[in-house]
Amino acid sequence: MIISTKSRQNPADIQPSEISPREVFENRRTFIKAAGTGLIASALSMKVKAAQIVGGETKGAGVLIGRANAPAPLEKKVVNYNPRQKINGYTKTTYGADEKLTSYENVTTYNNYYEFGTGKGDPAIEAVLFKPRPWTVSIEGEVKKAKTINIEELMKLAPLEERIYRMRCVEGWSMVIPWVGLPLASLIKWAEPTGNAKYIEFISANDPSTMPGVRSPVLDWPYIEGLRMDEALNPLTLLAVGIYGELLPNQNGAPVRLVTPWKYGFKGAKAIVKIRFVEKMPLTSWMKAGPSEYGFFANVNPEVDHPRWTQSSEKRIGNGLFGGRIKTKMFNGYSEQVGQMYAGLDLKKYF
Amino acid sequence: MKKQHILIVKSVIWLLALMPLARLVWLGYNDDLTANPVEFVERSTGTWTLVILLTTLAMTPIRLITGIVWQIQLRRLLGLFMFFYACLHITTYLWLDYSFLWADIAKDIIKHPYVIVGFLAFVLTIPLALTSNNSAMRRLKSSWKKLHQLVYVIAILGVLHFWWLVKKDVTEPFYYALVLAFLLGARLYYKRSTKLSATGSAQVQAN
Repeated sequence: MIISTKSRQNPADIQPSEISPREVFENRRTFIKAAGTGLIASALSMKVKAAQIVGGETKGAGVLIGRANAPAPLEKKVVNYNPRQKINGYTKTTYGADEKLTSYENVTTYNNYYEFGTGKGDPAIEAVLFKPRPWTVSIEGEVKKAKTINIEELMKLAPLEERIYRMRCVEGWSMVIPWVGLPLASLIKWAEPTGNAKYIEFISANDPSTMPGVRSPVLDWPYIEGLRMDEALNPLTLLAVGIYGELLPNQNGAPVRLVTPWKYGFKGAKAIVKIRFVEKMPLTSWMKAGPSEYGFFANVNPEVDHPRWTQSSEKRIGNGLFGGRIKTKMFNGYSEQVGQMYAGLDLKKYF
Repeated sequence: MKKQHILIVKSVIWLLALMPLARLVWLGYNDDLTANPVEFVERSTGTWTLVILLTTLAMTPIRLITGIVWQIQLRRLLGLFMFFYACLHITTYLWLDYSFLWADIAKDIIKHPYVIVGFLAFVLTIPLALTSNNSAMRRLKSSWKKLHQLVYVIAILGVLHFWWLVKKDVTEPFYYALVLAFLLGARLYYKRSTKLSATGSAQVQAN
């Protein structure tokens, strides 16, 4: 167990794996209190620092794990508990080559990831204790290769490539993100689905000890998403393992997440632990939460409005206070690649 | 409470009430309004509109519960600051969010329930702000009080606006609803109990 003491002035050498989980930490706190040492203040300040640094410029220390209830000395020293790690050997592609990227800072501090809290700034702060490695993904259901593979094996199923995609959130904002990943199709081919596999269900991690958000029933945990087989096989569909040439930060869905750029962002299941091939259309978390608001397809469609948000236009993150709105395009501008899959489908009904 | 004390309290209110705006200006100046600055300013000005509105509505229950009356004189100032933040809120929406694209704005208002109630709440605050001066009070006589009871409707619409805008986690709007329910409930409770005691004393007199 790591306990911050006065003799340990430079905690830069602490590995992420060395940080004690919350329960252990709290027990330790009780122990320290009982022992009557002066260690409690420094132990707390370490927590606060962790929350602060990961939060970067965002306001408010972690509400859920970084309980800053002590007047802790806040040094501006960068302690990187989740070091950024470069991905070696991926190829650049022409996808989105002409797009202006959303800054790394914005991509990693403005996140919808309810497993780490419902505030946009929460995930960057609350995901510090989440461990994306070691990691396994269980391939299940209607496949010949129903087995569990680890993240390293998964990353070798196909050559990794960088793809710059627009991401449109159902809440009316958008980003441009340089993902690194592999086509989901390569995993599907490897898994050899049977004739009964009509849909794929993606199940995300659900660990209350490192994901404070799942302790409250905001959604029916674990987070579940799904795709129809042709959508899953579409060349645009990506299993992302990185952004900006680096392994995914925890708050962006490490170690592996789904990216479907023609659909609203919530379709992109994060921290995937199970990929299940099924015959029937999966009931996704958001469909359960609000069937009249969130459909299975969730294709970006400026003509079908959401009860809360205008879908005809969007705010591009990074354009600032006076940036105005941009028109939202059908299928988020990917009609050419995906439009044919929905030919003849009433998109007002199947939203 | 002496007049000069009220003046001091009012100065403090001025100072406190301008702080949220000062904070936004400061954060804006330092390019620190988060990744989605427009949403941040919208949220912030909306939050402070509600907070000041609930503070205004707290003055009467304080009188009812404690018997202290001097704070009633703060209602106008607080109410006007509520209006001030409501104006900032709607300006942010019309200008920074929608760049005065009236067709889009009209569509947004008509189509989305939370925008309708919010917009309605704002429209209702306008007559209250316009009649908040002494001469209007004198001219309107007894109907002034009736008009200003609109604040209850505005408060309910305001909380509803917040509730409906939230995607899933209604914890925050729930707290506002709870406070509002208490403030309105206290009024109803005291109104009823004074009525009861009034009829009670009437009976005593008849005997």
